[in-house]
Amino acid sequence: MAIRVPKLPLRGNRHRQPWPLEEQEHNGEVQLRERAAELQAGIVGWVDERTGASGFLRGFLFRKVPKGTNWFYTLGSATMFAFLSQAVTGVFLAMYYDPSPTGAYDSVQHITNDVFLGSLVRGMHRWGATVMVVLIFLHMGRTFFFGAYKYPRELNWVVGVVLLVLTLAMALTGYLLPFDQRSFWATVVAVNINGTAPFIGPYLADFLRSGPEFGATTLTRFYSIHMLLIPVLIAALIGVHIYLVTKLGTTAPPWLKAELPEPLEKERV
Amino acid sequence: MNSREKEEYLREYQILKNQGKPFFPYAVVKDSAMAVITLGVIIALAIILGSGELQNKADPTTTTYTPRPEWYFFFLFELLRVIKPPSLVILATVGIPTLLLVAVLLLPFYDRNPERRPERRPIATTFGIAVIALMAYLTYLGAHAGAPDQIELKVAPAVRPGLVVANQSGCGACHKFGEAGNAGPGPNLTKVGGRLPRDAIARTLVNPTAPMPSYKALPPKKFNALVDFLASLR
Repeated sequence: MAIRVPKLPLRGNRHRQPWPLEEQEHNGEVQLRERAAELQAGIVGWVDERTGASGFLRGFLFRKVPKGTNWFYTLGSATMFAFLSQAVTGVFLAMYYDPSPTGAYDSVQHITNDVFLGSLVRGMHRWGATVMVVLIFLHMGRTFFFGAYKYPRELNWVVGVVLLVLTLAMALTGYLLPFDQRSFWATVVAVNINGTAPFIGPYLADFLRSGPEFGATTLTRFYSIHMLLIPVLIAALIGVHIYLVTKLGTTAPPWLKAELPEPLEKERV
Repeated sequence: MNSREKEEYLREYQILKNQGKPFFPYAVVKDSAMAVITLGVIIALAIILGSGELQNKADPTTTTYTPRPEWYFFFLFELLRVIKPPSLVILATVGIPTLLLVAVLLLPFYDRNPERRPERRPIATTFGIAVIALMAYLTYLGAHAGAPDQIELKVAPAVRPGLVVANQSGCGACHKFGEAGNAGPGPNLTKVGGRLPRDAIARTLVNPTAPMPSYKALPPKKFNALVDFLASLR
């Protein structure tokens, strides 16, 4: 199947047209350029033939966003960007962090004091969490007051609320990791609060602590939940969220009325 | 929303969408600008406020430490302080947050009003603003509240310095003073002045029953203020 990819115009040609002699002289070079451009198109075509990605990308990038789309509509993508920043800084922190009750505190101090740019990256991870929580609440507020959760976007609201809960769970599990007095005792309180829930509470608390008491494996458990389980869930749900946004379209501001085409009656007269 | 309203919405939306601009580059430019601002704010916060001072290493044997959560959990934390009776604590810890979460999660399924303009859905808008205001108020209270073991009794100005000493010495970690403080392992001291004479209080402070530490190392002025304060509690 032929894929329509516009051929790149060869810059050299236009200038050289008045001087056919010169063009002949450089004929070899021009041919090479032409071939390079063809090769590029060839690679794109090859990948596209096997993935069908161009249709998807065209649909994603060149879909229309309604009239009146304003800065309030950037809060969602900003939240996702804060998440990406958390993911990147988190990977770098994980390279130096030691999730053991004896080593965690010292490794965090090592990151802060010794590692190149460690203090900056840890600061970005810490404040990035705050920024992400603020942005996700703002995004939610925008969706609420614009009535953007209504038909046909109800499911996307549900996905968004789950993402909010997961984000707060990230904040909670990450709080323990520096393993100083504040993070330890705040987490003890948080887990005990979980434990007071009816029916599942005690089981949930036991699962989080990995036993009836805070022990050596509690920290590793929080760590793996914080850096494997929840991030994967968040990434997957962001995918679902964006898929639905693309499929259903972003909402128009609620106060905008469509200018309907002239009524038919008028045309008959 | 009935099917007529649904169709009306979809038709209207289709027109607005067709009058709009392509996502790339128009929306992408705004999104990218916002991404740069977001990253800028994160880096600025990291540089200005640093990565946060580490406190002492976690020590499971301490009993006097009163933890505080991150500020965006203050509203939940404050809910715990506002709701005092033990039988209702479960309401603050699990009941209200869970109910709120379920209410938010199921919002599109019970709010079936087809109207989208905020000023034409007065109930939803009022409710939303009320929830935000309540969360802001609780966050404010949580930020300004002392630790739960800070004693906040109304006392005569003459013995006020003793109350300050009691708070500095962390008496509330093991004793209850009115609403504040922990209910153990020490006895409730709300009315200790009525039970014990001044001398007995001073003697106990110097030579207490284990595990209470002795306070004879306090400077005499502070020590006397503390004894005066405790003796005034009747």
